[in-house]
Amino acid sequence: MKRMLPSLLAAFVFLAGIAAPAVAAQSPAVQSPLPRDSIYQLPVQLTDQDGRTQPWSALRGKPRLMAMFYTSCQYICPLIVDSGKAIEKQLDERERGRIGIVLISMDPERDDPAALKKVVEQRKLDTSRWTLASPPTGEVRAVAGVLDTRYRALADGEFNHTSSLVLVDADGRILARTDQMGSKPDPEFVAKVKQALRQPL
Amino acid sequence: MLPKATDPGLRAAAALLAAVVSTAAVAADKGYAELPGGSFRSTLAYEDISADLRVRPFAMMKRPVTNGEFLAFVQANPQWRRDRVPTVMAEPRYLSHWDGPTELGEASAGQPVVQVSWFAASAYCEAQGARLPTWTEWEYAAAADETRRDARKDPVWRERILAWYSRPSNAALPRAGLQTPNVYGVQDLHGLVWEWTDDFSSLLVDADNRNQGDPDNARFCGAGALSMDDRDNYAVLMRVAMLSSLGAEDTTGNLGFRCVKDLP
Repeated sequence: MKRMLPSLLAAFVFLAGIAAPAVAAQSPAVQSPLPRDSIYQLPVQLTDQDGRTQPWSALRGKPRLMAMFYTSCQYICPLIVDSGKAIEKQLDERERGRIGIVLISMDPERDDPAALKKVVEQRKLDTSRWTLASPPTGEVRAVAGVLDTRYRALADGEFNHTSSLVLVDADGRILARTDQMGSKPDPEFVAKVKQALRQPL
Repeated sequence: MLPKATDPGLRAAAALLAAVVSTAAVAADKGYAELPGGSFRSTLAYEDISADLRVRPFAMMKRPVTNGEFLAFVQANPQWRRDRVPTVMAEPRYLSHWDGPTELGEASAGQPVVQVSWFAASAYCEAQGARLPTWTEWEYAAAADETRRDARKDPVWRERILAWYSRPSNAALPRAGLQTPNVYGVQDLHGLVWEWTDDFSSLLVDADNRNQGDPDNARFCGAGALSMDDRDNYAVLMRVAMLSSLGAEDTTGNLGFRCVKDLP
């Protein structure tokens, strides 16, 4: 579905070529235009476990794993954290220092910074790598659309949802995804994560 | 003797007249129909809901959004041009039936717009101070025929709807707003195009029905997968199957949309 037309690709290369000299003096991660196939094109604000609100695109700058979850989830969501941790375990120290892991809530009404923080503490997540964040309530479906996650709020406050980890590069381009949750990560996906971390930033 | 329409000058004049008339019709027909709220039994069975659904009063566009209307939106919001839109929000086929980013060409202004992604449809509605309907709102409105709020049990009405699905989909789309309005004053809910709903991605239908209720099936977390309460309602079944197969950036040649607004 996300096939890239050769002409579009050519346009990116062209745009990147003319944009680069203008922003060379500034931080390129912040200033150069986002590619059209970047998930950060979605204009959405995220509020993290420390109560910081900033645009999603502020996460630009290093490869990241993205997934949707919610903190009161009994079943799969703890597995989503496990999946992120399992991939961390497969990385060496240098690789761990270059990756980010972002869990985005589909339940912003309950997942305020305090609720997010609780998960960070309970699961002992290193916030130099891990970000737990909530979009505004009206934007959840758009975030889910970009990450291709399907969900429905149930009558009892739980959610029915699909689960996947999405690997994006430093500019937010989707490189790979896996639906394999739990402590045994998909080796093919891990290989793609390692490959992404080898690219120069 | 009457002039023949084959005369090129006359044909151009007729086309111009048709364009003016359809533009005027579009301008006059900005209208929404008001739907009273009520209790509604969905064709879909939700594992977590046993009672009927409550539908709050809402206003719905009488007919789907047209090419002409969507062009005006794209001109006012150039970030939604097909050559500028982020590809995460619209796949390469987005508006590919138009001649250019801001030229309809063969696509007529009065036809329902198709090849629009969920993101683009949502943005259009937001720009009108409206939103996409929920699946329940769409199903509630589409349960009506010309005289009844719920015609779904009528086999004749079902047959009429199904006849549309058996027609070839490569024929040119008729103009929007030609059908007789339903009891609420809404047109074209059946028999013209498929339509996006805001919550299309909440329609979690397992590709294989036999997996329903299987706790080992990890595709969906928790209970609440859908099944069909009324297996004879193929028209709804096909809509749900189609919407549940789409990504939010996807577009198709017969998928359009209309907007709704909340009513007090």
